[in-house]
Amino acid sequence: MTTMHSQPVLSLEHAQKRFGAVHALEDGDIELFAGEVHGLVGENGAGKSTLVKILAGVHRPDGGRLVLDGEEAVFDNAKQSQAAGIAIIFQEPTLFPDLSVAENIFVAMQPLKRFRRIDGRRMRREAAGFFEQLGVRVDPDRLARGLSIADQQLVEIAKALTANARVIVMDEPTAALATAEVERLFGIVQTLRARGNAVLFVSHRLEEIFAICQRVTVMRDGRHVLTKPIEELTTQSVIRAMVGRDMDALFPKVATDPGGVVLKVDRLTREGVFTDVSFEVRSGEIVALAGLVGAGRTEVARAIFGIDRWDAGTVEIHGRPLQTGSPTMAMAVGIGLVPEDRRQQGLVMDFSIERNIALASLDTVSRGGLIPRGAERKFAKDWALRLQLKYGKLTNPAWTLSGGNQQKAVLAKWLARRPTVLIVDEPTRGIDVATKAEVHRLLSELAAQGVAVLMISSELPEVLGMADRIVVLFEGRVTREFARAEASEDAIMRAATGIIEEAA
Amino acid sequence: MTALAEERKTVGRSSSSHAIAELLLRFRELGIVLALVLVVGGTTIDNHRFLSLTNVQQVLSAASIIALLAIGETIVIITRNVDLSIGSVLGISAYATGELYHHHPHVPLALVFLLAVGIGAAFGVVNGVIVTVVRVPSLVVTLGTLYVIRGIDGAWAGGNQVNASMLPNSFNKIGYGTIAGVPYLGIIAIVAVGIATYAMRTFRTARDFYAIGSDPEAARLAGIPVGARVFLAFVLSGAIAGLAGAVWLSYYASVDAIAGVGYEFQVITAVVIGGVAIFGGSGTVLGAALGALLLNTINSALVVVNVSSFWSQAFAGGLLVSAIAFDRLIAVRVAPALRTRRRARV
Repeated sequence: MTTMHSQPVLSLEHAQKRFGAVHALEDGDIELFAGEVHGLVGENGAGKSTLVKILAGVHRPDGGRLVLDGEEAVFDNAKQSQAAGIAIIFQEPTLFPDLSVAENIFVAMQPLKRFRRIDGRRMRREAAGFFEQLGVRVDPDRLARGLSIADQQLVEIAKALTANARVIVMDEPTAALATAEVERLFGIVQTLRARGNAVLFVSHRLEEIFAICQRVTVMRDGRHVLTKPIEELTTQSVIRAMVGRDMDALFPKVATDPGGVVLKVDRLTREGVFTDVSFEVRSGEIVALAGLVGAGRTEVARAIFGIDRWDAGTVEIHGRPLQTGSPTMAMAVGIGLVPEDRRQQGLVMDFSIERNIALASLDTVSRGGLIPRGAERKFAKDWALRLQLKYGKLTNPAWTLSGGNQQKAVLAKWLARRPTVLIVDEPTRGIDVATKAEVHRLLSELAAQGVAVLMISSELPEVLGMADRIVVLFEGRVTREFARAEASEDAIMRAATGIIEEAA
Repeated sequence: MTALAEERKTVGRSSSSHAIAELLLRFRELGIVLALVLVVGGTTIDNHRFLSLTNVQQVLSAASIIALLAIGETIVIITRNVDLSIGSVLGISAYATGELYHHHPHVPLALVFLLAVGIGAAFGVVNGVIVTVVRVPSLVVTLGTLYVIRGIDGAWAGGNQVNASMLPNSFNKIGYGTIAGVPYLGIIAIVAVGIATYAMRTFRTARDFYAIGSDPEAARLAGIPVGARVFLAFVLSGAIAGLAGAVWLSYYASVDAIAGVGYEFQVITAVVIGGVAIFGGSGTVLGAALGALLLNTINSALVVVNVSSFWSQAFAGGLLVSAIAFDRLIAVRVAPALRTRRRARV
């Protein structure tokens, strides 16, 4: 690390954090200085959020040191971190919707007058004063409910100022902001910097990093990669540092000869969520929807499956248009959806494994409106075998399965319906390497059998290794589509961060 | 350029729909007053005796007891909890008050009320401890204590009844006395609602109730002692129900084991009609009290225009459902504007 003549306000050294088997953070390092904006970048899953949560006192690191003003500190909870002068502005702030803006700023710290009564006038005046310092107009008397995300962030920043925070951490603050709001936020960040605050600015958007940061830290796979003054970096070098892993993972991609178009999505729009999304998936093809978290990939999948309505555009299966908002119809024409969150959406955790597997196929299993136990078990056992599911007893509740086997159970549930289109959202998130390879093999085999597979994935090696074609979303729009041969981590990353290619 | 125009459009839309929503929410208390005027006006045209002094005094007195209970219930509901035991607490407190007079006819008035409040607070402590320490949902806890307290009351009272002749006149007078035509009970309720309204605006503890109901997790992160506050809400609700028990006895002047049965639902109905969100975080004591007044006025009006009292229940139910549907409508109206706002960037 670069030698500094001044002492950092806050630093984290070699921090580690595991969640079960997952190593979310292996080597987290950051040094924050007063009057400096420090950028933190990295791909999805690089460990940025974990690092932020350690600073916030939400997670306790399993290893490493947290140093505050040169002395080692330990935060057991969020309160202690706040007391130490650290304020976190999350992407989606948590305000009290039923309280006024001024009350939100001063919650539990309201100024008092005689008889311990709240001094409402002083509270409003000071709140107005903070907004003036930040150079923005927000009515302190209005309710927080219905404030835009940008204004909610302002309230959080004002809250940080009342608490006399010295370190202000902004976790992807611009992700939900409009252009003008981003500019306003930048102005505020400059004000904070001029006041001598240390600011940690986490963002996916490199142009923003280059616009306001003085120093940048890049993380990858839970590890610190580099920290350099901004002058020594270029967009190119940062992207290389973010991506920079070897493409060694072996993906059992079976070369297929794609057939006719099965799923055709044309100019699909859900107001405020995604816009003009068009792509096709052919039979026997794996198409990846790539992009950063929040780019609208899951939302597109939910709309195709009929969970959310779309406002404009069409979805066709074999040339037949689907109705908006009807999962029943989507299932009837052969679409299956393996959701990202298998605990909440993929499985009924308290149901037995066999029930879960048979759940989407009850029309084939049931006889005259009744579900014979034996038939259900036979059906489930058949699919559990095919997918090499590892379980104790089929009658055990689904939560007894390991993460990877839970995912296989969800896959089994949908494969049992023999889908023509299978949408898989982050199919290998949080599962072990061996099972991961099995899931990949399964997806490849499915495609080889003629199923049209739409895969959402944040892991670039997975996208590059598995997909025949790659559609990249950025903020709800398709920025580029790649054929397998022309895709590279670099190019996808650029498209996913909204960097427009100068003549491809 | 188009992006900017679109942005401006969405900003305008979201803020204007917000303004409408906020107006409608503020309108709630005005809306109740308006409904009151309509009910009173309509009924009076049909039967001018509806506005006779006796009838107005009667409606006001009956509404006062519900309004008192509504103060405590409002506090509890604002914290995203519910207290179903208040009817039973009122009943046992009323019976205890009657028994006290039965055995000690000369006990001072202040002591009687102190005892009533104390009994109520004690049951509030029980509810509060089970909700905050054992962490059982308040709906279940207070449904349980509703029956337990009623059971104790029944076992204690048996078939007995305390009636007006066993109560001193100074006590009975609270129930029927008036100052300048306004019943004492009305004055008690108005003073209590006034104090509670002021307190709910002015003290940190009270604002904590709102914060907890608005977002319990965020409240915890903000360093609010959530458990202690919820506990306090139940104790307050219990104490007020205890007080209401003594007031109830002074009004009805006789008490047996079934005093106050079903009051909890009348009170919750009044609170919700009065604009207190059933999932906590917002609402005012004043609104809840007005809700109580509206309900009692409607009941009385239906009797005056010769509608069976069964219909008055259907009416109250209908009003409750429309009040909640109204809140939901506002929420639905605001949501799409917010969604558009989130991603207005191009």
